[in-house]
Amino acid sequence: MTKVLNAKLSPDAVEDLPTGRLKGAFRLQAMQMLILLAILLGIFGVLKPDTFLTLFNLRDIVQGAAIYVILGVGQTFVIITAGIDLSVGSVLVFSAVVADKAMVAVGGQGWVTVLVGFVAACLAGICWGLINGVMVAKAKVPPLIVTLGSMSAALGIAQVITNGLDLRDAPATLTNDIGFGNIIGSVPTLAVIAGVIALLGIILLHRTRFGLHTYAIGSNPEAGRRAGIGVERHLIKVYVLAGLLAGFAGLLNLGFYQSTTISGQSNTPLNIIAGVAIGGTSLFGGVGSIFGSVIGLFIPITLQNGFVQINVQPFWQQVVVGVLLVAVVYIDQRRRAAATRGPKPSILRHLINKSK
Amino acid sequence: MDESIEVKADLSQADRASTAKSPILEARNVLKRYGHVEALADANFEVAAGEVVALIGDNGAGKSTLVRILSGVEMPDAGQILFNGDPVQLASPTAARELGMETVFQDLALAPHLSPVQNMYLGREAMRSGLLGLLGLMDTKTMYKGSREAFDRLGATVRNLNGPVGGMSGGQRQAIAVARAATWAQKVVFLDEPTAALGVVQTKAVLDLIRRVSNEGIAVVLVSHSMPHVMEVADRIQVMWRGRRVATYRAKDTSMEQLVSAMTGALSREAS
Repeated sequence: MTKVLNAKLSPDAVEDLPTGRLKGAFRLQAMQMLILLAILLGIFGVLKPDTFLTLFNLRDIVQGAAIYVILGVGQTFVIITAGIDLSVGSVLVFSAVVADKAMVAVGGQGWVTVLVGFVAACLAGICWGLINGVMVAKAKVPPLIVTLGSMSAALGIAQVITNGLDLRDAPATLTNDIGFGNIIGSVPTLAVIAGVIALLGIILLHRTRFGLHTYAIGSNPEAGRRAGIGVERHLIKVYVLAGLLAGFAGLLNLGFYQSTTISGQSNTPLNIIAGVAIGGTSLFGGVGSIFGSVIGLFIPITLQNGFVQINVQPFWQQVVVGVLLVAVVYIDQRRRAAATRGPKPSILRHLINKSK
Repeated sequence: MDESIEVKADLSQADRASTAKSPILEARNVLKRYGHVEALADANFEVAAGEVVALIGDNGAGKSTLVRILSGVEMPDAGQILFNGDPVQLASPTAARELGMETVFQDLALAPHLSPVQNMYLGREAMRSGLLGLLGLMDTKTMYKGSREAFDRLGATVRNLNGPVGGMSGGQRQAIAVARAATWAQKVVFLDEPTAALGVVQTKAVLDLIRRVSNEGIAVVLVSHSMPHVMEVADRIQVMWRGRRVATYRAKDTSMEQLVSAMTGALSREAS
């Protein structure tokens, strides 16, 4: 009987093709970007064989990417829900300020002090995540606006607390052991921490119920609601996760730069969002991967490093990232239009509505 | 309007066509108003286990409102809902679901970027045992196997269980939505216009699927505009007109003309 039905339904089998193509293409994007990254490393390596492809320089790239990767994991979850978090850079600064103040108040230079800073930074990040999440999920303000607001407000409060002057009194353990310390040999601690967080992010996104619900909400919130998912609650959790990671990144950033870098984060949201989008996570929601984001985030860092070495003005990096971001989203849009053309055009409309 | 005559006509029709089995789900004298509009006026309905009942009627006859009330989306202003003979309050779709009733609305409520397996188990994920499960890890193997079995058993031809549903044909998506409802519903499945957007071959497959669902002992309530489809798949056909049931027919004993005349209100003027 099944065989008979199969035969009857052969037109469906033909229509199945776009499915494979859709999935293949998304897989492809992360792969394409991996190839692009390899090409970049190759070009810079050939142009500056003595300095670029050295252990020292690659270590530098990996270390520089570490904080971006931690922010990128949270951003990937948010973007998969068809949201966006512009506040990551400011939350990072705010959390660093709070952590620094807390550690100075406790005093000391050891691990206990760092632990206090860790808790303070994470709590500060969670607070902003909670504000973002509640405003997006409950008050229904578009995420672009909510996080634009918190981007401004979080940085503003950080400046009020510090009178606009960077704090540089982080304890020695944080800067020496974590910030630019190594775990074994010349493996930077920051890179290991980022690697662990990326790994946990991959498991959370692809293997757990939390991850599945994140995809479902970005794909079709109504489907999630009918399936009994607490859509609003889940959205809040996703923004809290992004805030928590931004808070943690703030502590690491403080250790790495020995400074709260108040005025140094204006490009951070753009770079993170661009990196995540370049890695194949769709700004329209429902699609994405942490692995892709990690690859995507290495591209701006590698460009920056390479341009400096071949004596090209590093500002070109921003130009390239901007162009790549728009190009990638354009391709994504085309792909979606092609994938949803056919029996149900309403899906496309639904996605466009979401991009607001 | 002479209500008593209509109700009597209704009852006599129901007696004539009712099945031997006692109904699993029953609506008695259900009333629903939207402002001044009476969407349902003393509507009656019943469906037995393993039976396919079609609800037909012109636009605004009250079919959708009745299904929304029976599936817990809305509460009636008056009247009674009986489940297995006991009066129940269906305050939410969750309440209906807990009784073993699932609804497939026209928009299907599938997440287009998720696979058939993920859609099948969304909100009802199979978790790993032990600590991993407590940490939120899903048992993907069990979910894949469960989906495969459900689709095979119901004859839903879903070739690619891991591809995004959004890239599949309307027929496949309909089949996935119906199979999902049938898998989780122990008692009743509501289908709102399941064949409206489908081609001939796909429609045939969905109608076959409906028969298989009812063969498993599940009651199927079908809302449809398509008279040939209704006559092909339903055991009984209940015709609604202006917020009430005006006739019930056995599908094999009725004709298109009879259905159309009932739908246009011709019966409500007659005493039988």
